[in-house]
Amino acid sequence: MKTDATIRPRSQLAREVFEESGQDVNLCYQCRKCAAGCPVSFAMDYKPSQIIHAIRLGMEDVVFNSKTMWLCASCETCTTRCPQEVDVAKVMDAVKIVALRRGIKPTVPQVASFYRAALANIKKCGRMYELGMIIGLKLRTFEFFKDAQLGMKMFKKGKLKMIPSLTGAVRTWKIFSRVKSIEKKGRGA
Amino acid sequence: MPSKLAYYPGCSLHSTGSEYDVSFRAVCAKLGVEIEELKGWICCGTSPAHCTSRLLSLALPYENICLAEQMGASEIVAPCAACFARLKTAVHEVAEDPQIARQVSEAIERPLPKSMKVLNPLEVFAKVEGLSEAATTALPGLKVACYYGCLLTRPSKVMQFDECEYPMEMDELLRKMGIETLDWSYKTECCGGALAMTRTDVVLKLTRDIFEEAKAVGANAIAVACPLCHVNLDTRQEEVEAEYGVSYGLPIFYFTQLMALALGVPRQELGLEKHFVSAEAVLSGVGEG
Repeated sequence: MKTDATIRPRSQLAREVFEESGQDVNLCYQCRKCAAGCPVSFAMDYKPSQIIHAIRLGMEDVVFNSKTMWLCASCETCTTRCPQEVDVAKVMDAVKIVALRRGIKPTVPQVASFYRAALANIKKCGRMYELGMIIGLKLRTFEFFKDAQLGMKMFKKGKLKMIPSLTGAVRTWKIFSRVKSIEKKGRGA
Repeated sequence: MPSKLAYYPGCSLHSTGSEYDVSFRAVCAKLGVEIEELKGWICCGTSPAHCTSRLLSLALPYENICLAEQMGASEIVAPCAACFARLKTAVHEVAEDPQIARQVSEAIERPLPKSMKVLNPLEVFAKVEGLSEAATTALPGLKVACYYGCLLTRPSKVMQFDECEYPMEMDELLRKMGIETLDWSYKTECCGGALAMTRTDVVLKLTRDIFEEAKAVGANAIAVACPLCHVNLDTRQEEVEAEYGVSYGLPIFYFTQLMALALGVPRQELGLEKHFVSAEAVLSGVGEG
């Protein structure tokens, strides 16, 4: 008889994270390699290891009010080093997905705006039209003058395309809408 | 006859990372590596997709993988590290999870290929014979710190490329071309990636740490294999210098630009004038058409 000594509390949040990412936060034994290796942890309020534990305990107020998952740069250092093979970066993705789905206000709003601006752009153009994405981001964050000088220099050096390519735009739009309906079906089930 | 390599440039290589595109093509031409750009390719989704929808983050890459199969290719080369990571992750996840595979197929309305190898240029060029002999132009005075960034080697289970804590592929490749590369400790330290526009303060701090370490070992140039790393290290360098009151003047090269120069490609064909930090000083006289 195989004994599994892992204590697995079934917090609602841990279950949602598992459904979204296939990652079981109950495996964590708090070695903190993820927090130690995280390049952005200096800017975070809670370290990745603390968020993992908070998810395990179902502490939704801690998790959804923290900046951690929004600041995650998806560098995958945590995922690579976790001795229990928990894909920590994927857990961060899952928490973001759950937050957005529940309509929770992101604690680092610019990051969510960036995702929305980029996806809206890709959906319409098929390929990321950087100028359009930047405009979309600025309209959402009202930071009109940020990086203006940088932008000008990039233009002058020919680094930014003026006109979007629309190759594959229709196909991409259709993929976006089919993904949306498949996901909706999956949740309704 | 080996099937042609499908070339997936990704969005960056057609705009802010165009130097990577032209130099990659130039190296392929010199080394006789046959590539063909994927017709009708679309964005891989990168971070915005995987941070908001798992299915979308797998469907977008798979549309491109199917296009590659359609053109008769069994291998795709993706120079952009993010595209490389997303394509490879998509293949990995679809193989591990039949349910998501079905959903991906439904989302793109195509049957998924049984197999498709996703490669990055380092792997492709490492296999070419006679590299040292082909490198006819010397680049003396260059002391390069090879910066691999995050996504080429991590997560190691998925990427299965090189050694994730201390990779050497780029170093070996450039050394074969007669370019001096240095040992240093920040090869795979994150530059901040996509936080560049939203939390620039984080990117400035992280890139500053990278510059400090490169300077500490005596590097006078940094070689990269990712267009986002390039944008962060090159276009934000002046801002870092102003923010921290330091001076670096470290030109950032795509490793393909260095390879191309060593192979005798004229300098003006490699987009060097688009760099923010000038490469003039370290390249004095090399590759002048």
